[in-house]
Amino acid sequence: MKHEELLHRCFRCGWCKMPLNYTDFNCPSYLQYRFESFTAGGRMWLIRAWQQGEIPAGERLAQILFTCVTCKNCVQTCAMAGIREQLVDIFMAAKGELAERGLVPPPVRDYLKAMQTHGNPYKRPDAERARWAEGLDLPRYSGQAYLFYVGDEGAFDELGIGMARSVARLLGEAGVDFGILAEAETSDGNDVRAAGEETLARALAEKLTGKLNDLGVKKVVTLSPHAFNIMKTDYPAWGGAFVVKHWTQVISRRLRALAPAGTALKVAFHDPCYLGRWQGEYEAPRALLKAVPGLALLEMPRNRQNALCCGGGGGNFFTDILGHGGDQAARVRVREAVETGADVLAAACPLCLKMLDDAVKAEGLDDRLAVRDLATLLLAER
Amino acid sequence: MTELRWNPEVCAACETVDCLAKCQYVRYSPEQAHGERDRLIRGEETAILKDCVTCYACEEYCPHHNHPFYLIVERQEELGIHPVPKPIEKSQVLMMGPKGRIVPEAVRAPVINLCYFPMMKGAIRGRLLGDASVIVGSDIFCNLMFLHFARNSTIRERLPLMMRNIMTHYLTPAGVDELVCYHDECYGTYTSWAPAFGIDVPFRPVHLFDFLNRRLGAHAGEIKPLGLKAAYQRPCSNRLCPETDVLVDAIFEKIGVERTGREFDHGNALCCGGVMEAQQRFDLAESNRERNIADMKASGATVAAFNCPFCFFTLAEKAAQAGLMPVMMSDLCHMALGD
Amino acid sequence: MNDIHDELVRIVGAAYVSRAEEELYIYGRDQGVQPPGRPDYVVLPVTTEEVRRIVLVAGENGVPIVPMGGGLVLSGLSVPLKGGIVLDMKRMNRILEVNEFSHYCVVEAGTSQGALQAYLARRHPSLKHSVPDAPPVATIAGNVAIHGSGHLSQSEGGFHSEMVTGLEVVLPTGEVCRLGSCSTVDKWFSRAPLPDLAGLFLGWNGTTGVITKVGLKLFPSFPLKDVLMFMTEDIDAVPEVIARIVSTEMGEDINFFVTPKPAYFDGFQMTNVHVVARTPREMKLKQALVRESVQPYLDRKEAGFLPLPAHMKGNLLAAPQKSLSEFADIRKGGGFEYVGSIMPVEGIPGAYRAGLGIADRNGVTYSMGARVVGRGHAVMFYYAFPFNRSDGDEVHRVRHALEEANRAALDLGGIPWKTEVAGQRMILARMDPATVALMERLRALLDPHGIMNPGNWEVAP
Repeated sequence: MKHEELLHRCFRCGWCKMPLNYTDFNCPSYLQYRFESFTAGGRMWLIRAWQQGEIPAGERLAQILFTCVTCKNCVQTCAMAGIREQLVDIFMAAKGELAERGLVPPPVRDYLKAMQTHGNPYKRPDAERARWAEGLDLPRYSGQAYLFYVGDEGAFDELGIGMARSVARLLGEAGVDFGILAEAETSDGNDVRAAGEETLARALAEKLTGKLNDLGVKKVVTLSPHAFNIMKTDYPAWGGAFVVKHWTQVISRRLRALAPAGTALKVAFHDPCYLGRWQGEYEAPRALLKAVPGLALLEMPRNRQNALCCGGGGGNFFTDILGHGGDQAARVRVREAVETGADVLAAACPLCLKMLDDAVKAEGLDDRLAVRDLATLLLAER
Repeated sequence: MTELRWNPEVCAACETVDCLAKCQYVRYSPEQAHGERDRLIRGEETAILKDCVTCYACEEYCPHHNHPFYLIVERQEELGIHPVPKPIEKSQVLMMGPKGRIVPEAVRAPVINLCYFPMMKGAIRGRLLGDASVIVGSDIFCNLMFLHFARNSTIRERLPLMMRNIMTHYLTPAGVDELVCYHDECYGTYTSWAPAFGIDVPFRPVHLFDFLNRRLGAHAGEIKPLGLKAAYQRPCSNRLCPETDVLVDAIFEKIGVERTGREFDHGNALCCGGVMEAQQRFDLAESNRERNIADMKASGATVAAFNCPFCFFTLAEKAAQAGLMPVMMSDLCHMALGD
Repeated sequence: MNDIHDELVRIVGAAYVSRAEEELYIYGRDQGVQPPGRPDYVVLPVTTEEVRRIVLVAGENGVPIVPMGGGLVLSGLSVPLKGGIVLDMKRMNRILEVNEFSHYCVVEAGTSQGALQAYLARRHPSLKHSVPDAPPVATIAGNVAIHGSGHLSQSEGGFHSEMVTGLEVVLPTGEVCRLGSCSTVDKWFSRAPLPDLAGLFLGWNGTTGVITKVGLKLFPSFPLKDVLMFMTEDIDAVPEVIARIVSTEMGEDINFFVTPKPAYFDGFQMTNVHVVARTPREMKLKQALVRESVQPYLDRKEAGFLPLPAHMKGNLLAAPQKSLSEFADIRKGGGFEYVGSIMPVEGIPGAYRAGLGIADRNGVTYSMGARVVGRGHAVMFYYAFPFNRSDGDEVHRVRHALEEANRAALDLGGIPWKTEVAGQRMILARMDPATVALMERLRALLDPHGIMNPGNWEVAP
């Protein structure tokens, strides 16, 4: 197994459970299940025990491994310099090993099957990938400066579609020269990889990069931080060397064009893991909020590197493998947002957006806190 | 064993005893100074051997270039006087010793010697320095810091190996015979200490200021004058190469920085006080630092310019608290080019 | 032992009971070199009432209970020796009260050190609690229950157990008791002047009951922090150095350490003195007083304060210090365990020499040091040995070294702290028989069914 030689170097000291500022437990699976086995340290020891034949691989082990949402909180706080960077890679590799033995929890199996068969987790036909842009009169990509890539959620999820439309409008008003792929889009593969299916992820990636290369795409601006992450970090090795930006990064350099009006809104911003901890971008989304006169940006105690993941990564957004309940990460997160006194919790990622929106309803807090995507919020404040 | 090349008769005949009379940290009467001088010549224990803060200034003050500071260090060692507590001294000897980890690397001119300050690598960038090869580490480190520990012996022991390493692994294979010294202390080692102890230096040392000055000249058209007022913290080791102090003015002129009129600049510069702390003279270190910073402020500066990383580590925080932006000389030059 | 799984599920809910192989594996081991145990159940209660019901069911069925906090004790004290339930208390993590005037807080037992620290920093920044150097997931109750110590132990009154102002406990027979002032009035400010029952639950390794709430002293938090590092080269000078610095009462945390690596520290001793202050003037004065206290050493150049640039102090000023966890990877094997010897300050040189011998004889590398507890009333001297957990031979040698260290601690007039069974038996063998008998009587009285962490603190058969 990849990184097998590192498994014994985990001290199970527990630093991985917390953010840098110790505010509360920050590992979504640990928050929810509370058994030590559902932490990065627990996983390291159990993977090692399994590899050494001390425990058999079974459903429970699969559940433990597949509930890692790849948020990288552990990578950030792990005290062992020799293993911290590899932690999430190790868990993804272990997921892959379990998959090879047919030990994939049914929800994950169904998700991967959908990806394999339909090319998207919603099991919708490719033609429907054009729906999100209806009525916006957006040009197809034909050599513009940027390709605007919306991904699966931007094409098929209701809230994601709303966000994609708002981002497209913002890009237009900011004078960004871009085109879209519409029905020609295919999946970026980030969450398939996070679910341990490296081979399928790579196949998806190569399909997409082939397409983009054929079209001569040089720069990509993405809707989702998930796509941003895999395209920026992994695509170069898989044949796709593009300049990749998240939409907040592109807009934050063109703030003057937005000319926001004033507002009295109090907004908390939720850092998406694949933009924040995975790619180190914390300020671009905040620059957008700070550019709105009168808007009060209220930071949650766990902000930036300390952000609590919404729990949507690792494929959980589609598989729902972590389940629900009061300790579900997104619900803990919206409670944290409410405590700041914010009116709005802003999300810059379509997965976070839905997770948090559902959580606010589950908590019965929808009269106190509105979850909005950052782009739609900005458009509304003009 | 290499001996210090100094002339006792020159010292004996010296009326002014400038080395002690001009010292900023002792107050000897002319009679006392003469007595100190006499005992130093004879190699006897005397007050200056314990009072000395090892700021190197008397090397500059001596009008006869007769190496009063190096003599003090010799005498301290001969008489078993430790300016810095023994455990700290011994630990530093170990910590800064050659590790035998030299990685031969192809270099090309200009070659910059970063001494044992790997944290300064970020300074070697931009149009001024970006094309330079850098050598750094314990195996090429000048070891001159051991002047503060009364250990000429350590320098004697290590310097020939350091120079051999520099030549064998870097300069000779590259056919380069010039070495740009980022730190005054390195430059001072090769232009002052080595000759004083009769040690030949197989390359031509170039002071960073000399190099920067020439490079700035070559990029004159690209400079945007900074319009800053800088208080310059002249490092102790510049006392070993005082002829380079004017280059600060030359550089500042090119980059549009005013070297503010300070009381404690040029020949009257104050030691940053880092070594005073090592000597456990905390009150002195603090009062010295306060005078220094106050003087910087009073001169109307908004920037505190440093060339020595150790001065920087010691003073930067206090300077910043006093409203002076601490910055290294090389960074000021980079700023002027927008690098 | 009867199978009580269904009853446990009825008490805490199916989601919080496990007898899956994975949980039994993890909870049957801790990070040290002690051999693994094996629980039958892992249970995660969230209220005192749940704990009470669990204890009753266990008692009725003869099922052992092992309370567990962060599980970071390293000597296996939260690993069951005789099966049963591991009671992982960390879901009980509410911070119930902070009294700013009387400087105490009340927390549920499973509250982590980190969460309390963060909570106080955010809501009550003028107050802090004494933080052990364990990772921040260590629990408040677990730490006080083992007589832990931390960064305020020197200046603010000793072991963390001495900072306890009250406890809520569930007895092995199921009663819920409040101990201290909280038993009589509704504030948790003190154990005195009542008969001190809290002592029945501190240092007993969970053999007398389950702590469910802790009242804990808080102390003023100062904005300015600095650390002075005093370097000596004579181990025999260290007790005197510490005594002098302690007597100034200007230091907050005082720690001494030796380490063979890096090489430039080998053979030297470092005594770190943390100083806190409200103003720069106060800081200057405190530092001056600390320095003056060791002036003779400075004058003779026998020892001195290391000049530390600001950027190198960051690590030292952190509480807890993450670098201590990093020590576990020195052997590239994610493991270390240590013997803590609670002993008088003057024992340091002897302990150090013994440690060198132990490391040498067992072919292991080491780190040694001591934290001053109280105003020089004791030190926690540690013999820490890192190991590569995939190297069975090294694990064995470290186990042996730890055993030798336990013996050395006792021979030198100290007492091994939070020690595993072998160490406990060494202590009991030397203990006054009347004291042993008293301990046994109390345990029999409180735990008639013998369910609380059995195997611990028992005289060798």
